[in-house]
Amino acid sequence: MSIDKSMNVLIVDDYKTMLRIIRNLLKQIDFNNVEEASDGAEALGKLRANNFGLVISDWNMQPMTGMQLLQEVRADTRLKTLPFIMITAESKVENVIAAKQAGVSNYIVKPFNAETLREKIEKVLVHA
Amino acid sequence: MPDISAPSAASRGILNQRLAEIGTRWPGAQPAMVAEVVQSVLSSMRGDLTRVETSLLSEVAELGRTIAAARAEIAALQVDDITASHIPLATDELDAIVAHTAAATDSILEVCETLDAMGATLDNAGSQTLQDATTRIYEACSFQDITGQRITKVVAALKAIDAKVNHIIKTFEQPGAASAAARPAPPGAALLNGPQLPASAMDQSDIDKLMASFD
Repeated sequence: MSIDKSMNVLIVDDYKTMLRIIRNLLKQIDFNNVEEASDGAEALGKLRANNFGLVISDWNMQPMTGMQLLQEVRADTRLKTLPFIMITAESKVENVIAAKQAGVSNYIVKPFNAETLREKIEKVLVHA
Repeated sequence: MPDISAPSAASRGILNQRLAEIGTRWPGAQPAMVAEVVQSVLSSMRGDLTRVETSLLSEVAELGRTIAAARAEIAALQVDDITASHIPLATDELDAIVAHTAAATDSILEVCETLDAMGATLDNAGSQTLQDATTRIYEACSFQDITGQRITKVVAALKAIDAKVNHIIKTFEQPGAASAAARPAPPGAALLNGPQLPASAMDQSDIDKLMASFD
């Protein structure tokens, strides 16, 4: 199954440097339509206003965390099936379980490499 | 309890000396009257305190002296410097580290983006080689996010120490002061642990196994 790489991807992180890194890595695997948000609340506004095919979000942000964003997305009728990848330094078992229970599509622990990002995106989008 | 109504010769001597001093200071005071008042006060105490109570009173007095000594020692340590100078300085230094590494990382990323753009003009092999190199730089640059989060944890630890030191200072300044009320944690705070140290962290393969266990 081929992946539509022209889809809009929303990346969410409160570290501008991290947004820049993810944007560049996505560009290298041909995802060129990338939008950014610096916290969960801004991301939710963009998700509700536009059409996105994938969300890649950090967890640890203020005022709305990535976990709260995920819960909002899954509670939204229009967004509830949107593929959602969490990229985070939170690597405790309870974090992964909580994210999975909240409906995360996949989970990447920081620091990560480009191959892991590509692999998880493909896995999530193929099963979407 | 000794019989204080029957003073020894030594204490009688001291008593007479004190009476003489009082007589000098207040010429109108009659020694017999003063002696009568003192005797009255002493006799009213007879039997009020047991041996255990006297011992307890002594312990409490000793405790008071210990607390006073501790207060003096803490004052001599100048712990105010910790909260007024050392901790703010340390957190400022750490903030500066984050700012400088962020600036350096941004410069590196800018160069990488230039190289990526240049790679698009090269042949396939050259372009791929250049992209592989910039990919590795992008991956390495994510250190800035991790170190930033680790430093944030250190700053939080310093602030917690600052709060404890402040609490100790206030306790010794105002005996009996109530404990500082615990600030309510924000929702989901229990899951915000930040980066784990390598020895205790799960790597991506552990995460993958855990995720797969739900399927």
